[in-house]
Amino acid sequence: MFSRRDFLQWAAVVAATTGYAGGLTRVAAQQRLTQDDLLKFDAKGSVTLLHFTDVHAQLKPVYFRPPSENYGVGAFEGIPPHLVGKAFLKHFGIPEGSPLAYAHTMDDYVNLARTYGKLGGLDRTATLVKAIRAERGEDNVLFLDGGDTWQGSYSSLKSNGQDMLECMKLLKPDAMVGHWEFTFGEDRVLEMIDEMGYPFLASNIFDNEWDEPVFEHTAFYERGGHKVAVIGQAMPYTPIANPRWMIPNWSFGIRPDVLQANVDAARAQGADIVVLLSHNGFDVDQKLPSVVSGIDVILTGHTHDAVPEAIRIGKTLVLSSGSHGKYLGRVDLDVRNGEVVDYNSTLIPVFADVITPDAEMSAKIDAVRAPYEAECTRVIAKTEGLLYRRGNFNGTWDDLICEGLISERDAQLSFSPGFRWGTTLLPGQDITIDDLYNQTSMNYPSVYRLEFSGSQIKDILEDVCDNLFNKDPFFQQGGDMVRVGGMAYTCAPKENIGSRISNMTLLETGEPIEASSNYVVAGWASVNEDVEGPAVYDLMENYISGLGVIDPQPNDAVKVIGM
Amino acid sequence: MKLTRRDALTYSAGAIAMALVGLRGVSAHAGTEETGTAVSGFTGGVEPQSGMITLKAPEIAENGNTVPVSISVDSPMTADDYVESVAIFAEGNPNPEVVVFNFTPLSGEAAATTRMRLAKTQNVVAVAKTSTGKVFMDKREVKVTIGGCGG
Repeated sequence: MFSRRDFLQWAAVVAATTGYAGGLTRVAAQQRLTQDDLLKFDAKGSVTLLHFTDVHAQLKPVYFRPPSENYGVGAFEGIPPHLVGKAFLKHFGIPEGSPLAYAHTMDDYVNLARTYGKLGGLDRTATLVKAIRAERGEDNVLFLDGGDTWQGSYSSLKSNGQDMLECMKLLKPDAMVGHWEFTFGEDRVLEMIDEMGYPFLASNIFDNEWDEPVFEHTAFYERGGHKVAVIGQAMPYTPIANPRWMIPNWSFGIRPDVLQANVDAARAQGADIVVLLSHNGFDVDQKLPSVVSGIDVILTGHTHDAVPEAIRIGKTLVLSSGSHGKYLGRVDLDVRNGEVVDYNSTLIPVFADVITPDAEMSAKIDAVRAPYEAECTRVIAKTEGLLYRRGNFNGTWDDLICEGLISERDAQLSFSPGFRWGTTLLPGQDITIDDLYNQTSMNYPSVYRLEFSGSQIKDILEDVCDNLFNKDPFFQQGGDMVRVGGMAYTCAPKENIGSRISNMTLLETGEPIEASSNYVVAGWASVNEDVEGPAVYDLMENYISGLGVIDPQPNDAVKVIGM
Repeated sequence: MKLTRRDALTYSAGAIAMALVGLRGVSAHAGTEETGTAVSGFTGGVEPQSGMITLKAPEIAENGNTVPVSISVDSPMTADDYVESVAIFAEGNPNPEVVVFNFTPLSGEAAATTRMRLAKTQNVVAVAKTSTGKVFMDKREVKVTIGGCGG
C-alpha cells in the first residue's frame, strides 16, 4: 500500500548531498536538484489526477513564506495542516535545510529562499503538466483547477481576469471551481466561463429565486479505462466572506445533502472513481467524509495549506495542494472493480530555477502582461526586512498596511482583512507596483473611515475569530484573523465566541479600549456596498513611496494564550 | 479624537458598522425560556419527541434579513394519521413565533419552505403536531456573522 518512501527519498538525498543549506551557494543547490528529481514518482494504476489551486493570478515565480502560526482547534489541533516549522518537518520526516523544508516551512526562510530561489510560475507548471501527460498518456490524466485562479495581481485586476483566462486555456484544465472568481461579478464570471472551454463546476450554488443549480455539478471523463466523475464545490461562504452584492442572485453553502445526492447520482451513472474538486478549505474537507460517503479523492484548496501527501480519512483521500503556483498536486490511483486498491500521492514543489519554462506558456505570459509590464515593474520603495502576509494573526506586509491606513486616513485604529493570498519579499528587494498589487488587488478596495465603539470593536474581533477558530470546521470561513493597527489584544483561540478576546489596548495612549468610548477606525475590503474612500492600492502606494525604505519591526501586539 | 471637518465629510456610511446592528449585546430577544413557553403553548403542553421532522437551514446565514428554512415531516398523511401543523420558532428574535403551517391529508406531504429574518446567531426550532396527538421537534443553530475576511 502507500508509502512515502519515494517522495522522501529525493528530499533526503538532496539534503544529504547539499549538506546544511545555509552554507551552500545557490548554484550548487540548483545543480543538485533537477527537474527529473521533481518529477520522480512511483506511479500507480492507470489514473493520474493533477491538482493546481489558489494560484491567485501569479503568472511568474514567487517567494511565499509559509506561516509561523496556523493553529487548529478541537479535533484538528496539532495535526496537518496545523503544524508549522520544525514540528511540520518532524511529522513528515523532512530534513532541515532541504528543498522541501524551504517549500513547506518558514524555518530559516530567508537563508533558504536565497539558496533555492523562487517557486511557481505558470510556465514551469506547464512544463510539469506536459511531462506528466506525456509520461502517463493524455487519456490517463485529469488536470483540475481548484479555483482562486483569476484574482490577485495587477494585470489580473486591470485585464478583468483576462490574463489568467488566456494562460489557463493553454494549460487546458479538465474542470475548475471558484471563489474569488465571483468577485468579478455574475456577468463577468458567466462571460469567462463561456470563453474558457472547460466546465466550471459547482454542486453548491443555487439561484436565490428558484433554488435551482446555477452551474453543472458533475463532469464525467474516461481516464485509464475508468469512468471518473468530478464534482465541483465552490467556496461555501463566498457571499459572506466576499461581497454578496456582486453575486446577488446566487446562494452558496456547504450543502452536504446535495453533495451526497450528486455523489450517489454519479455512482448510479457508472462512475468508478468519484473526485470532489473542492474550494471548501482543508478542515471542512477533513470533516466532509464523516457526513458524505462515496468520495474517493477530495482535491482541496482555499485555506492555502500545503501538505506533502494525501491524508486518508476513512475511504477518502484528501490532498491539499498549497497556493500561488508553488506546487502541483499529483494522485495516482490503481482501481480494480470500482475500488481504489492502491495509490500514491505527492505535492511537487515547482522550483522555478531548475524547471525549464514551457516556451509556449512563457510567450503567452509575456503577451498578456505586455500592456502592464512598465507599470508592474515600476519601483516605489525598497524593503530592508522580510515582507510577508501569511500567519493567523499578523504578517509584516499587513503591519505595513495597517500603519498606512492609520497614517493616510488619520485614524486611531486600523483593520486589514485576514487574507491568505499575497506574496513575500526578501530583505533588500525593491517593492514594485506588482508587489503592492499582489497584496491588494481586488474589486472592492475602498478604505473606509468610521467611528466604532469599543464594544463594536470587540464584537468584530470576536466574530472574525470565531470564523477562524470555531471547533466545528463547517463554521470556519477559511481566512486568517483580521489584522489590527494601533491596538493590542489577547486572544484565546480555544475559548468560545465572546470569550476569546481580552485586554484590548489603545497603543497611542496605553489605555484600555473602553466599551462605551468611540474610536476612529480605517479599514479596507468591507463587504458592504457603496463604501466610500480611496482604493487601498492607491493609498498604500502613496504611503510606501513616501517612506522610501521599509524597515519592518517585530510585532507583539497580539498575545495568544492557551495554545 | 482627531476627526477633522474634511474627514467628517468623507465619513463613509455602511461598512462593518451596519452589519453589526443586531449582533451580541442586543437584549430585546426572546430567549430560550420564552421560546419554551411558546412551544408549550403550541403543543398544548405535550413534550416533543425527536425524529420524524427535519428542519433545514444554512449553517451560516448569507443574509440575516432573509434566511431560507424548510421543514419536512415523515408522515403517511392519511385521514387516520397526518400532520396537522408545523410551527417555526426563532429563539433570538423579539417574538419567538415565526410561522405556522397547517396541513390536511389532502396536502399529500407535510413540507414547506419559507424565509425568515434572524437578527443574530440563534437556534431555530420546528415543531410538528400530528392528528394522533404526537409532537416532534427539530432544532438547528444558524450563525449570523459580519463576514468579510475570506481567504
